[in-house]
Amino acid sequence: MGLQPFLVLSSALFCIGLFGVITRRNTIGILLGIELMLNSVNINLVAFSRFNGSVAGMVFTVFTISITVAEMALGLAIVILLFRVRRTAMADHLDLLKG
Amino acid sequence: MFNSSFDAVVPMLCVTLAALAAMGAEAFRARDEKMPIGGLGIIGLVGAGVACALLWNRNTSSFGVIVADNFGLFVTMVLVIVGILTIMFSSQVLEVDNLPRGEYYALLLFGIAGMMMMATANDLLVVFISLEILSLAVYVLTGIRRDDPRSTEAAFKYFLLGAFSSAFFLYGIAFTYGLTGSTRLDRIGAFLAAQSMSDNPLILVALGLLLVGFAFKISAVPFHMWTPDAYEGAPAIVTGFMSTGVKAAAFAAFARVFLSAFEPFSQQWVPVIWVLAAATMILGTVVGVAQSNLKRMLAYSSIAHGGYLLVGLVAANQIGKAAILFYLLAYAITNLAAFGVIAMLASSNDENEELRDYKGLWHTHPALAAMMTVCLLSLGGLPPTVGFVGKWYIFSAAVSSGYYGLAVIGMLTSVVSVFFYLRVVVMMYMSEREGPEPVRPRIARMGMVALTLSVILIFYLGILPTRVLDYAAESIATIF
Amino acid sequence: MLALIPLFPLLGFLFNASFGRRVPKTVSGGVASLVMLASFAVAAMSVWQLAGLPVEERVIDQTLYTWIASGDFVLDLTLRLDPLSAVMILVITGIGSLIHIYSTAYMHDEPDSEYARYFSYLNLFAAFMLVLVLGASFLVLFVGWEGVGLCSYLLIGFWFKKKSASDAGKKAFVVNRIGDYAFILGTLLLFTHFGTLDFRQLADAVAPLPPEATFGTLSIATLLLFIGATGKSAQIPLYVWLPDAMEGPTPVSALIHAATMVTAGVYMIGRTAVVFTHAPDTMLIVAIIGALTALMAGTIGLVQNDIKRVLAYSTVSQLGFMFLAMGMGAFGAGIFHLYTHAFFKALLFLGSGAVIHALHGEQDIRNMGGLKKQLPVTYWTFLIGSLAIAGVPFLSGFFSKDEILFETFAHGHWILWGIGALTSLLTATYMFRLVFLTFHGERREGAIASGSHLHDAPPAMAFVLIVLAIGSVLAGYVGVPHALGGSNLLGAWLEPAFGIMPAAGEEEAGLELMLMAVSSTIALVGIGLAAFIWLKRREIADSMARSFSGLYNLLLNKYYVDEIYDAAIVRPTVVLSTDVLWRGFDVRVVDAAVNGAGTIVGASASMLRRLQTGSVRAYASSLFVGVVLILGYYLWR
Repeated sequence: MGLQPFLVLSSALFCIGLFGVITRRNTIGILLGIELMLNSVNINLVAFSRFNGSVAGMVFTVFTISITVAEMALGLAIVILLFRVRRTAMADHLDLLKG
Repeated sequence: MFNSSFDAVVPMLCVTLAALAAMGAEAFRARDEKMPIGGLGIIGLVGAGVACALLWNRNTSSFGVIVADNFGLFVTMVLVIVGILTIMFSSQVLEVDNLPRGEYYALLLFGIAGMMMMATANDLLVVFISLEILSLAVYVLTGIRRDDPRSTEAAFKYFLLGAFSSAFFLYGIAFTYGLTGSTRLDRIGAFLAAQSMSDNPLILVALGLLLVGFAFKISAVPFHMWTPDAYEGAPAIVTGFMSTGVKAAAFAAFARVFLSAFEPFSQQWVPVIWVLAAATMILGTVVGVAQSNLKRMLAYSSIAHGGYLLVGLVAANQIGKAAILFYLLAYAITNLAAFGVIAMLASSNDENEELRDYKGLWHTHPALAAMMTVCLLSLGGLPPTVGFVGKWYIFSAAVSSGYYGLAVIGMLTSVVSVFFYLRVVVMMYMSEREGPEPVRPRIARMGMVALTLSVILIFYLGILPTRVLDYAAESIATIF
Repeated sequence: MLALIPLFPLLGFLFNASFGRRVPKTVSGGVASLVMLASFAVAAMSVWQLAGLPVEERVIDQTLYTWIASGDFVLDLTLRLDPLSAVMILVITGIGSLIHIYSTAYMHDEPDSEYARYFSYLNLFAAFMLVLVLGASFLVLFVGWEGVGLCSYLLIGFWFKKKSASDAGKKAFVVNRIGDYAFILGTLLLFTHFGTLDFRQLADAVAPLPPEATFGTLSIATLLLFIGATGKSAQIPLYVWLPDAMEGPTPVSALIHAATMVTAGVYMIGRTAVVFTHAPDTMLIVAIIGALTALMAGTIGLVQNDIKRVLAYSTVSQLGFMFLAMGMGAFGAGIFHLYTHAFFKALLFLGSGAVIHALHGEQDIRNMGGLKKQLPVTYWTFLIGSLAIAGVPFLSGFFSKDEILFETFAHGHWILWGIGALTSLLTATYMFRLVFLTFHGERREGAIASGSHLHDAPPAMAFVLIVLAIGSVLAGYVGVPHALGGSNLLGAWLEPAFGIMPAAGEEEAGLELMLMAVSSTIALVGIGLAAFIWLKRREIADSMARSFSGLYNLLLNKYYVDEIYDAAIVRPTVVLSTDVLWRGFDVRVVDAAVNGAGTIVGASASMLRRLQTGSVRAYASSLFVGVVLILGYYLWR
């Protein structure tokens, strides 16, 4: 199996995540979309690492996984805080700041 | 090349240690005990500054991925200044708003450490990690007023769009790695220079995605949408911090990646950044005119200033590169001081950040009004302030590289921008307050000291810029 | 030593800005005036030193330090005293000191803090103005250029509680920024072509080139510089801010909007004379704009009723004369007029200030009249100023204005000379209309009952008025033309500063004498005309009030003549001035253009603001659109 299918898979996942971010109204849904985008990159990195024959990509993936986890944890914390203050989880309701 | 010396990481190590100490102090603090946690931070930052001075001209690198060349050290020094000024402004804000000190300072210092790392990173992986370190810290700082709906909304928007843009950035890094086989900037540069790949669409996609990631962090149009909201919602001093520190770090990495690794592709990226720069200057200025909230107005102004920096990147000749560094310093000091004034005037229940709140400020706080005026004039680029010298450099770089269009747009927008900066001055000096005087806190001495220092620097660098310009030119000479 | 000249006022500014609120008025006003006097003393000494040098070496450079240096671009912060800047610093510090002294009395009713604020701005202005004229390169000049603009703005809006005052400040600022923008562009253009911003190096680089036959780089650069000058010096089309600027305190109008700052544009052209002479097309444009401005402002001045507005339009008109001279290549004549104008226009403004002061703020000349007896010092000095500006022989304005008209005529520009001569007539007429309506006749109904006792100018003000009146009489004698047996000292003094002096031909003394006679006649006719219309008719009106019969027919006839006269000459002029030039052009076209630019920015701002909806998904979409655009550009290029 060549490199191509992995790249296609990862870009498909990336686009699904992107679509999710732009269309979901629920903040949690948007977060999931971002998570999907970030993880699709990991597939890319691992595939490149395998086909380039260097471990750097694998190492990179380990880093991105942990960073992504931290980022999502923070994201969820902010969403929870937001829900506590604003009693809503809908992204469109957040328009105190505009103009 | 591959030595395992720790020298290059000493500055950020100092700051990280200070951050850890701040966290520890907070953990062991009795409930109502006052601790000089800010002082810890200043000690760490001064240590970092001393380390920078010692590393100057030594061109050390740690593990090949962090390089303490003069370019990185110059930006690190800018960040040290930003950090020290921010901490000095913060003490009063924390008091008035009753914010958690330990967490605040720890996050601030971790953020600065991340920025320093980003400024000296020589590896895309490290750029990404440091980007996330500083971003996570700044997201939390944006929302640190946990009960304020606007603050949390700002944090949410900033976080969401930030994470969204990092996905693009990461995707770009993955492609670059896949195509060049390395994440090290020097190797990528060598690889790209050796093989002509400009017809390979994937490398162009990689280039475009990296560009998006950086453009987001420096809030270039159309990736700027988060900026006004995040800047308005965050506490004023945090806004000052992130509008200067984050921008300086992101610009340093931007310049490093595009002017060294992707230098062979300058034919491809220059036109895009040209458009970004023009759009950023115009939109930042034009929309800034219509704002009635001072913080939001300065947010748009900082977008416009990002545009001027992009002009320096496009010009990318010897003057232009030095101009970027000088402008970063000029902008950092001026903008931070302006936000410092806003922060000092905010009281706990009312931020007093509408333009009308500044009416007649000269009558109640003459010193603050005078120093704010200096900052605004410097932002507007009027001589003899540092803003003028910075702008002059940027535009003469653009003209001497033949980018007349950008220079004309830049000058026109700075002409317009003076209009809205001066509107604030008019409010402060030339109008009388209607209605009751806004409730303002007692102005802390520490903040005044920081402000005075900034104003002295603004004039010093405006009147005697040569020495710092020499440093900037030297810094550029080491890497590009 | 040169650095001391702007440094003294700067110290005064720092003192008044930091401690002015806490010290009594005598201290803040005293310090402000003393620093100006000190600056004047240093300036005089420096000029003395300059005059001691041989003619070819009359340049004193003082490099303070290297301001900006990077790579091959080095810019020193250099102050340069040469014959041109010598004239300017003497005018600025000399007249500036007088106006500071005058202000100590004029502004005495302000509270302490406002008083200090006023003097700090005034000192700051003087410092920047001195930097402007002493700067040896465009960038240093620009520092002063921007600085004086800022101070002018602050001083126009000094009484910000009046809405008109802050509006006027805003207008001045916006209009000036347009000019500044062109000015920076012109500077950058010259810099990219010649690689220097230093005036002397630039002149050396340009001098060997042939004058441009077509409209080339130099013409564009000089035209841009000239647009900058029209902003600062209130010429068509950017003159609109100056009349409104009269909302500021009167001494400010005298110092900034008559004697010094508004002449910066003229000075700048004189400073870059070599470059301008290489762009003949621009020179012609400068001359035409100058002449048209002079004429238009003169006609408008004829119908204004606000004493300061008449003087403001008169300033615009006189500045037009100076630009006419510059455009003719008669740089010496232009600077000469700048110099004499500083005296008599400052005098006139300060005199009007004394009137306004005496009448507690009344500025409408229809409510004045008969002030001659009650304000004798003001009257006599004002009269001298008016005679000088009208060009009555052997007062200062006569020499300088005649030189300009002569140069114009000698260069063969008959039409421009005609416009200039007509403007001289108007000048004499509107100035004496002002004199007669303000000081002669009977006191008309006004804000103050005519019976109340009026105070003439207090000592400080009277002293300044008298000094300036003497100056207005004598200042012209440094430039007595050869035709009158003089030696035109000023012209000879200035010559080296312009590099090239067009030989206007000294053998044409006969022509010059003839033209002098013509313009003297014009001045006297103008004064007579004013006397005829505004003195005679009022007398008639007065006697009619006393007796309805008797000399009725005669009076009626005279009145009839007046009516014809009125209908044939005055009315069309009034209509032309008021409806066409003032209301039509001034208000509609120029204001609309200025406001229009603002409206476009404002409208697009509010449109773009709407894009910032606050919805985070919209933001994400915008980001995505950006990604698509960039990648699209790369993939489908």
